[in-house]
Amino acid sequence: MKSRIPVILLACGSFNPITNMHMRLFEVARDHLHQTGRYQVIEGIMSPVNDNYGKKGLVSARHRIAMAKLALETSDWIRVDPWESKQDTWTETVKVLRGNSHKSYRSGDPTYRGLDLAQLQLKQALLARLGLQVINPLQSSLGVHKSRLFLNQKVPGLPELKLLCGADFLQTFKTPNLWKEEDIQEIVEKFGLVCISRAGSDPSQYIKDSALLTQFQHNIFLVKEWIQNEISATQIRSALCRGLSVKYLLPDSVIAYIAQHNIYTEESERRNEGDLLQPLKLHSTGVTPLSD
Amino acid sequence: MAMEDPDRKTEVVLLACGSFNPITNMHLRLFELAKDYFHETGKYKVIKGIISPVGDAYGKKGLISANHRVTMAKLATKNSDWVTVDDWESSQSVPQIKLLCGSDILESFGVPDLWKSEDITEIVEKYGLVCISRAGNNVQKFIYESDTLWRHKNNIHLVEEWITNDISSTKIRRALRRGQSIRYLVPEVVRAYIEKNNLYSPESEDRNAGVVLAPLRNVPVTPRTNRH
Repeated sequence: MKSRIPVILLACGSFNPITNMHMRLFEVARDHLHQTGRYQVIEGIMSPVNDNYGKKGLVSARHRIAMAKLALETSDWIRVDPWESKQDTWTETVKVLRGNSHKSYRSGDPTYRGLDLAQLQLKQALLARLGLQVINPLQSSLGVHKSRLFLNQKVPGLPELKLLCGADFLQTFKTPNLWKEEDIQEIVEKFGLVCISRAGSDPSQYIKDSALLTQFQHNIFLVKEWIQNEISATQIRSALCRGLSVKYLLPDSVIAYIAQHNIYTEESERRNEGDLLQPLKLHSTGVTPLSD
Repeated sequence: MAMEDPDRKTEVVLLACGSFNPITNMHLRLFELAKDYFHETGKYKVIKGIISPVGDAYGKKGLISANHRVTMAKLATKNSDWVTVDDWESSQSVPQIKLLCGSDILESFGVPDLWKSEDITEIVEKYGLVCISRAGNNVQKFIYESDTLWRHKNNIHLVEEWITNDISSTKIRRALRRGQSIRYLVPEVVRAYIEKNNLYSPESEDRNAGVVLAPLRNVPVTPRTNRH
């Protein structure tokens, strides 16, 4: 019997605040991968963005992490990872993926018993820095090629780390200066995307429009969410400011936390107003501010 | 003797009838949206919400035992301080009772023989309707095209949901049959109850297959099941 490839799903985002829809993304993605018969999702990770990202209305990571933890209390497979939010500054998505794949190899999970993965990872990273591609990382004497700067991490038995996102995320690849081309390539080639979209929208068009995404479309899983449940965090914050109910859109524990700490106010919504997003600051060459 | 208070708000009770097979977060949202709507008018105060699951004799396809549906609704509303299940007792003051529904119910008024026209009149004339629907819906057009509804349109309150929420019970049951997750679409206690009691299956979906809905039958029905 062919064994399933273990998969870890990682979702990056503001989670400002976390909503039932964010958690649904994980459930829908897991069901889809399981029903292909080829994958076994072993973990889900939510990685709230660093405060330094500069998005309008972004409240402190301390609160966003606390709310996500409350929301995920009833989940036995999804957890929050505060690593990204604890860095000194904003971290590119691709680095978050790399960081998490490094961590999972060192976790000591019985799945990887027998392989010295930390060493393997270090060797790969070193060779990559030299511009070399590892052909068979399990051989003790490694055959190498001078090649483009990328790694192949599809080692049998090791979990594959995939980026979980909504269809709007795919669209952002086209936003000028938001992404580095080589980062997009590494994400779709080395890791892979699981992209959830609602019935009635067709994200395959974004893939067709991009040569890069088309090249790695085998590594992009498009999953349709038939039970529409679009809970925009922006609308949630607006409702909270106006004293409207958000019950049954967010877990009760999160609603209570928000009330207790008075997190979302007109003032909090004005944070970072007029600022450029951090990736735009880093990549742009004096472009006028884009609203997110 | 109570003083006349010109600022006193009209007290309202919201009543939602339906299969609740099973109850979902969307049903629960209807109450929250309606309550916010009335409070924002400044003229009403919603004092209670009532969920009234239809009786088994209604005969809808896939309808499981009322006992389970009531239990799930009670579990779902356990941590609500104003929405309850079918066990409200009248208080001293007489609040207005309004029927809370989605646009599908309103539009079902148009299905031949499903509703008695005098019942529709009584509902909109004597009680009132609160209809929650999504942006871009046909409800206003439907009201316009009906003389009865148009005449009492001041008693039909239309509320647009600001989050489009398509969590229908039908889709929940379908997901369950296919072994898919329903987490975060229904309250966790409801999900656990469904799992523990293995409520929804291809067999349960076949219940009442071929049976005519009670209101459409020409047989006398007991008052309890005569929901329309």
